[in-house]
Amino acid sequence: MAKQMREVFGEMLVGLGQENPDVFVLDADLCTSTMAHLFRDAFPRRFLQCGIAEQNMFGVAAGLAAAGAIPFPVTFAVFATKRACDQVSISIAYPKLNVKIPGSYPGLPTGKAGATHQSVEDLAIMRAMPHMMVVDPGDNEELRQVMSASIEYSGPVYFRVTRASTADIPWPKGYRFQWGKAITLREGSDVTLIGTGFMTGLCLLAADALVEKGVSARVDHHPCLKPLDRQAVEEAARVTGAIVTVENHSVLGGLGGAVAEVQTELCPVPQRRVGIRDRFVETGEIPELFDRYRMRVVDIIRAAEDVLRVKNERQ
Amino acid sequence: MLEEKAYQIRRLALEMITYGQVGHPGGSLSEAEILACLYFSVLRIDPEDPKWPDRDRFVMSKAHACPGQYAALALRGFYPLDEIYTYGVIDSRLQSHPDMKKTPGIEASGGSLGQGLSVAVGMAIGLQHFGRHKPAVYCMVGDGESNEGQIWEAAMFAAHYHLDNLIAITDYNKVQAKGYTHELMSLEPLADKWRAFGWEVQEVDGHDVVEILEALHVARHRHIRGKPSMIIAHTVKGKGVSWMELNSRWHTHAPLPDQADDALREISRRYGRPEEGYSRLGGDEIHRASSTADIEDAPA
Repeated sequence: MAKQMREVFGEMLVGLGQENPDVFVLDADLCTSTMAHLFRDAFPRRFLQCGIAEQNMFGVAAGLAAAGAIPFPVTFAVFATKRACDQVSISIAYPKLNVKIPGSYPGLPTGKAGATHQSVEDLAIMRAMPHMMVVDPGDNEELRQVMSASIEYSGPVYFRVTRASTADIPWPKGYRFQWGKAITLREGSDVTLIGTGFMTGLCLLAADALVEKGVSARVDHHPCLKPLDRQAVEEAARVTGAIVTVENHSVLGGLGGAVAEVQTELCPVPQRRVGIRDRFVETGEIPELFDRYRMRVVDIIRAAEDVLRVKNERQ
Repeated sequence: MLEEKAYQIRRLALEMITYGQVGHPGGSLSEAEILACLYFSVLRIDPEDPKWPDRDRFVMSKAHACPGQYAALALRGFYPLDEIYTYGVIDSRLQSHPDMKKTPGIEASGGSLGQGLSVAVGMAIGLQHFGRHKPAVYCMVGDGESNEGQIWEAAMFAAHYHLDNLIAITDYNKVQAKGYTHELMSLEPLADKWRAFGWEVQEVDGHDVVEILEALHVARHRHIRGKPSMIIAHTVKGKGVSWMELNSRWHTHAPLPDQADDALREISRRYGRPEEGYSRLGGDEIHRASSTADIEDAPA
């Protein structure tokens, strides 16, 4: 089984800290959950415990960035985007300070933490914030690349760190994450399954199953929700004429919203969104939650069939 | 000399608020002496080199009172004096609340209260980490602003981390947006609160430059090592204009040109200067909208 993405995150923080003496990590008393404790143990002088005071933590990160550091204020996605939303917006995003914001525990696979810890709307909130880059990495390898790219980019970045262990995505040889760039993992002609984060892996499984039903599904992975690869969305719409978006997030304002915003302007096609249907989530085993919230491979297949019905009716 | 600077800061703050028809006169007038002491005696800054790495930092956490700060920066030479008449006007380098990307000499963007102190704390700890022990970080906090929980989060953090290069000043002008602080949301006992949070506290008459300077000196050089400092400056909101003093109406209300004229004449009389009113009266009194450049149409 692949390592949990949060473990890779913790290790990668240490690696970045080794390469760059300006990297700081801030914690709001969650470091063994977020795995930031690995950085604490390696570089205690650059680890700042802020206590359970997230608003201050993000302000302190802003001040550190202004003084020349590259801070990673690490907390759960819910707290980064909701508890400290104004601080992220005004202290960090508005002046474009060089702060890298990991959002841990996004969406459904959050252990049994329940609704207050499961972020349903973090992508929607960050996407709407000017000056913020927004990324949901597909797997451990892409997370490493995203984190390296974040250090090279000067400005605010938000990226998700899934708590669970997820399947490795079969990247083409030589694939490298790039800001604002999608990648077509599988060509197809009837419908495009657009995924972000680890849900792209489920899109690939759905595409396999759709072959049995005589449907040729293209699979595009968009790790970067902002800036969104508009050209890739347009191409998918033009080539296949139907889109299903799939995300570990609310169907409001995340990948589904981003894609709908662009495709309706550039090449309008029928679209269905797979994700959390505007509900708070709850405590449960991960497979039970994916079942209940209709985010399994079978739900992607159903959405594809649904959108194809609409597409075919129109022709 | 510092009293002269405070006088000029008061005048320029009112001039820019009136011309731009936006701003916070009450809080800009109460802080004039504090700003004069900071910008013309204490702060180690260089208008020719606003990003000098060893400079002192000053963060206006009570960011809405930036007209006072903009006046001080202009007088100190960070930009031309008449640039203050662009305040509140589109495309200005002097935004309604401070923008660190636009204005030379502004260290942090602000306006949403309660945030600046945390940013100052981050700077203080960052400077210590990078081995810069000459600079201090100063931060002005509002009394109404001290309602915000984040202020106390920052206070707790600063004491925990022994940030003795951090000196905060509360402009305790006794009135916030909708009334007296003691009626709206009482802060007392304020000094005790800061002491309980582990800060070294001094209280001064915020309109007495000698007291302010002494307190700033003690905070920087002679205080107990290992504690951040808070100087509670007892001030009068709207100080200098009798009909603005302690009047919450003038928290965020721009005077009209003839009101400004009256206010500025009173200020000159009260400070023993030759009587002088609003400089733009009878001419180009307030900014009228002008044609503006389009912003780049970026895909969203």
